[in-house]
Parts: sequence; structure tokens; C-alpha cells
Amino acid sequence: MASVTLRGIRKAFDRTEIIKGIDLDIADKEFVVFVGPSGCGKSTLLRLIAGLEDVSAGEILIDGRVVNNTAPKDRNIAMVFQSYALYPHMTVARNMGFGLRAAKTPTSEIDRRVGEAAAMLGLESLLQRRPGELSGGQRQRVAMGRAIVRDPEVFLFDEPLSNLDAQLRNQVRTDIKKLHQQVRTTSIYVTHDQVEAMTLADRIVLLRDGRIEQVGTPIELFTCPANRFVARFIGSPSMNIIPAQIDDNEIVLPWMRLPTPPLATRPTDGRIELGIRPDDLLTGAACHSVPEAYRFTAEVRVVEPMGAESQLIVSVGGQDLQLRLMGRLFPKPGERIACALDPAELHVFDATTGVAIGQRHISLQ
Amino acid sequence: MKIVRPGRVIGFTLLALGGIVMIMPLLFMLVTSLKSNSEIYELHVLPREPTLGNYIEILTHSHFARWFLVSFVVAAVSTVSVLFFDSLIGYTLAKFRFRGSGVVFVAILSTLMIPTEMLVIPWYVMAKSMGWLDSIWGIMFPGMMTGFGVFLMRQFFAGVPDELLDAARIDGLGEFEIFWKVALPLVTPALSALAIFAFLGNWTAFLWPLIVTTSPNLYTVPVGLASLSGEFQTDWEMIMTGSSIATIPTLLVFILLQRNIVNGITLSGLKG
Repeated sequence: MASVTLRGIRKAFDRTEIIKGIDLDIADKEFVVFVGPSGCGKSTLLRLIAGLEDVSAGEILIDGRVVNNTAPKDRNIAMVFQSYALYPHMTVARNMGFGLRAAKTPTSEIDRRVGEAAAMLGLESLLQRRPGELSGGQRQRVAMGRAIVRDPEVFLFDEPLSNLDAQLRNQVRTDIKKLHQQVRTTSIYVTHDQVEAMTLADRIVLLRDGRIEQVGTPIELFTCPANRFVARFIGSPSMNIIPAQIDDNEIVLPWMRLPTPPLATRPTDGRIELGIRPDDLLTGAACHSVPEAYRFTAEVRVVEPMGAESQLIVSVGGQDLQLRLMGRLFPKPGERIACALDPAELHVFDATTGVAIGQRHISLQ
Repeated sequence: MKIVRPGRVIGFTLLALGGIVMIMPLLFMLVTSLKSNSEIYELHVLPREPTLGNYIEILTHSHFARWFLVSFVVAAVSTVSVLFFDSLIGYTLAKFRFRGSGVVFVAILSTLMIPTEMLVIPWYVMAKSMGWLDSIWGIMFPGMMTGFGVFLMRQFFAGVPDELLDAARIDGLGEFEIFWKVALPLVTPALSALAIFAFLGNWTAFLWPLIVTTSPNLYTVPVGLASLSGEFQTDWEMIMTGSSIATIPTLLVFILLQRNIVNGITLSGLKG
């Protein structure tokens, strides 16, 4: 078990800087997820920690020891790759024991550890098969087995679920969570899928363009996004963003005026963006729980029934808003329905910088 | 009723004709080797009195066994050398980025455009200055690495996913071990093809062994058989017998390795 510390990490390929200064402390036994859109540098950061790439500047510490010049094999890490990267010409058992064999571990010890990992992951019956004879989910479990067998201080996962179909993905995601609860090894997990990030992480590190946008628990990122980018990235469907103007003590929306909530700062030009999650847009009887000023009527444009709930797109004042309607009954397109903004769940962003300036941000400070 | 497509019929007919054209000289060679000296200029196809006398004669009363040995050593050593060095260079060019790697690759590729006939003089000068004339080493040194092999192996290694090599790095292997234990087993089809090319090329090489050797006990099979063809008399039955024997190793190499090319291990440990 070990902590991982990144200090001022930078990485450039030729003249293109991919990682632009990252500072991060990952505690022992923690499960941290790096999430962000394609090209944000999350996989590169993981490869830097693994030692598969050299840092251009900064220090990487594993268990308090600087490992910048340490070879991957001496960093005591194990990595699960996106493509699983199983050796096609070896059986499952040999794949799992390959690292130990390279380290000249006695055969009896290799067999014992491979057996234990196989039992943990339900792979006993597959040990003599080759990767080509396994399904995607089984290959993924073998890749995890190979990592477990080495008993590393840190697990690194590089988008391990992205090649699985949706159903299998949920199952393997649960397996990974169970595995972490069982072995409690410090884990760093890279994904572009915010659902994976939310469900797995103790803490999420949201990256964009080689920089950290926000670090926090999944609930912190969901409820108190530091800026518009985080707000839009975390949560599905995405947060509604409505352009607005602060006028004296009112927020002017294209179709209504709201009392201004407490703000950390006021943009000089008064231009803001109001954010509201689809779940916090109330409809029907629920609207009566909020003051009159927050209620309005909107026209239903699109209805996407999903069984237990429906996703709606409604239009008001030329603005499309997404909302979620629980239950099996839903309106028809063209109908007008009563809606309301939940005042406790409003997010306010500076329209120019995108930084959160709303009440939640104040309470965080 | 089964429908016979005319395209298929034409295709198979052409293939059959091609096959016959290929196999006829081989059969003629084999048949002639079984004829006695008095029969070889007669036009009938099958020998009237088939005899193994030519085989006994060539194996006991000539240098043939020696030539066979020399040829085998040259072809085997060159093939092993080509497989090792060409794949090592190909791997390096495919998987490592270093200053000038592109230039090195183009330089190696450009050697493919130079015909052997142009190279024998520099080779000869080199062999002479190194004292390699009329020696086994002299025969085989030019064939120990080939530009074609480097090119072939580089292309195959380029298809080996980098993630596999990274996985091996994390598993604790050194760079040479990664090449040897992870990358090389994945390109066995290419290695088999290259082995066939290298063995055939060296086994049938004629011009360079002819130039570099002078002692009859250092001749390779092609050079030795050519020496049986004299100004006034040619031992056709001996040449055909020697050629028949010389075909055996190439056939064996082909039969042993062709299955590998067809059933090569696919990269199925990856997503799929």
C-alpha cells in the first residue's frame, strides 16, 4: 500500500505540452479516478505515474520516494490496459504469472498466487486457455488477475471498460469496486465516462487540457462544481445552462426574473449563466413547494420515455431545457406544463470566465 | 442441382495449367535421375530400366556429399542470422523513436534496389582484404542480413500493439527480453516466411559462391553441379541426380514452415 504524490508535473511531446502542471496527493488505499474529455491528458498522466513515459518537469513520489528515474518494474505498480494487453501466445495462467516469473519468484509461489487471484476472480476453469478463446469480460478479468498477482502498491487502470458492451461494463465495474474493497490497494483509474467516475471513485480528478479543473468526492463535484465545465461534465443528462443578466437585485432570464441569490462576486458586465440540473427542474405538483417567482410554464418539445422515468426537452422563451420526469406517465409534445426552478439548487457562473460564483461556492469557501 | 460458375471453372483451369507448368521440369529432373547414361537422350518419358545407380555414384564417387554439407551449413547459418538480426533491426525501427530512424530505414530499404551483380565486386574486395577468400565464412557473410528481411519484419512488428510491450515493461522485462519473449512469438508467420526466403536464397545462390571459392571441396551444390558441365561433355544424369537431392532440404523447409504462415498466431489477446 502506498500514497502517490504529483508535484508540478509537466509533460511535452516535441513542442506540444500535454500536461501543464499537475499537483495532486493521493492517499494510501484511496480510489482516485482521472476523468475528462478526449485529449485532456488523463492517460498520459497515468503513463507518467507508471513510468512508461518520462516527465518533462516535476516529481512523482510513490510511498514518499521520488520515482522519476525508476523503471516501471521497480515502481511496484500494476496496470490494466484498455486493450487488456494479454500475451496472445500464453495461457491465462502464464499471462498472470508472467511478471512473477520475470522476477524469478519460485514456481510454487507463482502457482499459489495465480491460484488465489483466479479464485478471487472466478477464473479457475480458464487457466489453461489462451486469451483468444476468452470473451471480452473474461479477458478483462484476466488482465485484473495479472495485476492482482503481483501484489502491487498501486493499481493503475487505463479505461479498462471501454471495450466492453454496456451490460458487461456495469458488471465489471461492480467487480472492480468489490475488488478494491477487498484488497484496499491504492488505485488510480482513468476514464472518459463520468458514470464510471461517479460510481467508482473515492475522489474524482477532473482534467481538461492538461490541467486539473477540480478535485473532490463525486458528490462534491456534482453538487458544488467549481466552474461551468465541471458542471456540464459531471451528471447525466448534463446541467442546463441559461444565459442571464444581473440587473440590480434580480437575475433576468429570457422569460422571467428571479431574486438574486447571494454571490461571491459580481461580474462587472453583469453577464452570468444560470445552471440547473435536469433533476432540479420541478414539474407538476412539486412546483408548489417553491415560491411563485420561480415558477413558469413551458412547452414540451421532445419526450424520451425510459420506463421508470422520462427525459423531456421543454422550451421556454426560446431556450431549451432538459428535465427528468419520474413515473410512467408523461405529457405529449406540444403540451404546456407547469415548471419551476428549485432555488436551493441553482448554480451561478460568471459568463466570461465560467467560474462558479453562486451560493454553494460561498458556503464552500 | 449444383450451379457451376464459369469464373470458377476458368480459374481452376488456369491454376491447374500453372501447376503443370511448374511441376513438369521437376518431374523431368526426377525421371532423368533414374535413367542410365545410355537412356538420357531418348525421348520416352519413363525410364525403361529405372536405376538408383546415379544416386550411388554421385554420393560415393564425387564431392557431392561435401558440397551438400557446405551448402547446408551456409544456408542454415545465414538463415538463423537473418532471422535474428533482421527481426532485431526491424523491431527497433518499428518500436523505438530515435533521431535518424527514418533515414536508417530508408537507407536499408534502398539496398533492395542494388542487384547482386553490382555487389560482387565490393564483396570480393572486402573478402580479399579480410582474408576470407575461398572459405565458408567468405561464402556466407554477404547473406547474413538482408534489407528485405528488415523491411518485412519492421512491417510485421509495427502491427504488434504497443500496449503489449508496455505490459511487459510493467511486468519487469528488459527491452531485449520484451523483444525475445513477447514481440518475437507474435510474428512467427513473418519469421517463417523470412526463413523460407533466406534458406532458398542461400541454398540456390550461385554467382557469389562461384566467385569466392576456388577449392572444389568448398563448392556449394549449385556451383558443384555446374562444374559437372564441361566444355566437351556434360553428365546430365549426374546433374539431374544432384539437383533432385538438392531439392529435398528446400521442400522440407517449405513443408515445415508453410503451416506456420497459414495458421500464424493472431493477435487475439487484445480486444476483439
